[in-house]
Amino acid sequence: MIAELFRTFFRIGAFTFGGGYAMISILDHECVEKKKWITSEELMNVTVIAESTPGPVAINCATFTGYKMAGVAGAVAATVGVVLPSLFVIFLISQFFENLLTVPVIARIFRGIRAGVAVLMINVAVKMFRGELASSGRKVLSSLFAAVFFAALLVSDILGLNFSTAGMIVIAGIAGWLLYGMA
Amino acid sequence: MGWLDLIFPFLEIGFFSFGGGYGSIALIRDVVIRNGWMNDQMFTNLIAVCESTPGPVMVNMATYIGSKMKGFPGAVVATACVVLPAFVIMVLVTILFKNLIKKKAVQAAFSGIRPCITGVILATGLWMGISAVSAGTDAVDNLKTVLIILVLFGTGFLHQKRSGKEISPILLIVISGVMGGILYSF
Repeated sequence: MIAELFRTFFRIGAFTFGGGYAMISILDHECVEKKKWITSEELMNVTVIAESTPGPVAINCATFTGYKMAGVAGAVAATVGVVLPSLFVIFLISQFFENLLTVPVIARIFRGIRAGVAVLMINVAVKMFRGELASSGRKVLSSLFAAVFFAALLVSDILGLNFSTAGMIVIAGIAGWLLYGMA
Repeated sequence: MGWLDLIFPFLEIGFFSFGGGYGSIALIRDVVIRNGWMNDQMFTNLIAVCESTPGPVMVNMATYIGSKMKGFPGAVVATACVVLPAFVIMVLVTILFKNLIKKKAVQAAFSGIRPCITGVILATGLWMGISAVSAGTDAVDNLKTVLIILVLFGTGFLHQKRSGKEISPILLIVISGVMGGILYSF
């Protein structure tokens, strides 16, 4: 069982580009339909838990499925399996990537990508914020939270201060507990 | 650099990476820049690589940075550290606190964390855009970057209008790369 878990999650890890939700459909195919290790309801629950706990969805799903099938050893096997493929790929890339960037054309391409990544982040933030507004019972408060932390981080970037993002998340959690909890 | 300088930052990233891959990008950028591990340009290159290879972006980034810092052992340690918090929390949630997540106080805290993350991601994206635009050698060079950004927003908007689906991140990266390869050559 341990070996089977490792093999399956190794394969899942090797073929999930884009991470996150792209992985859910592969997990559904492999673990729910083919192996019947977990039910689709369980997969749904893990996704919900994954959204409210730190870490990538892929890791959360691997850990959960592995634990359910074979306890802590299974959890370790599945998690290590899902991480290993990208570990090798990225390690290899890290060996030559900086040399590659000395080629002028490649450097130009990556300068373009730099702008692309910024657009990507802005798109994601807008989409997440819209989703949050649609589901939040307290839209003004949620907007205020987003605005305050947006401004705090931007000011910290512009002034070259070192506000820690982790610290902001802790503050947001405590403030959320106080303000949303009072309703 | 000692091992602890690698271990603690990645445990921090793993523990606070709410909001999926993009939330973790903001967090990793903060840690990477604060520690002086790489500049903004190199960091964005890294995002592009990690987006276009298999595996979660945040795990890939840990592997890359660890490998640059301390070779293969560094890659393994950084990856393990970034995964460990999620692993432990998931096991604990499964065994002990199945209902903890549903508790009112916990939900209230998450209600604050979620919008905070959107603000943090937006600020990071905006700042990355500003530094990408201002990184050029002269005004014409900077305008080329502005043009790329406008085309990307336009394409994303049209794609959404026509198909009702959002444009895929990989496609966006490919378009920006091709445009950069052509525009910056002149």
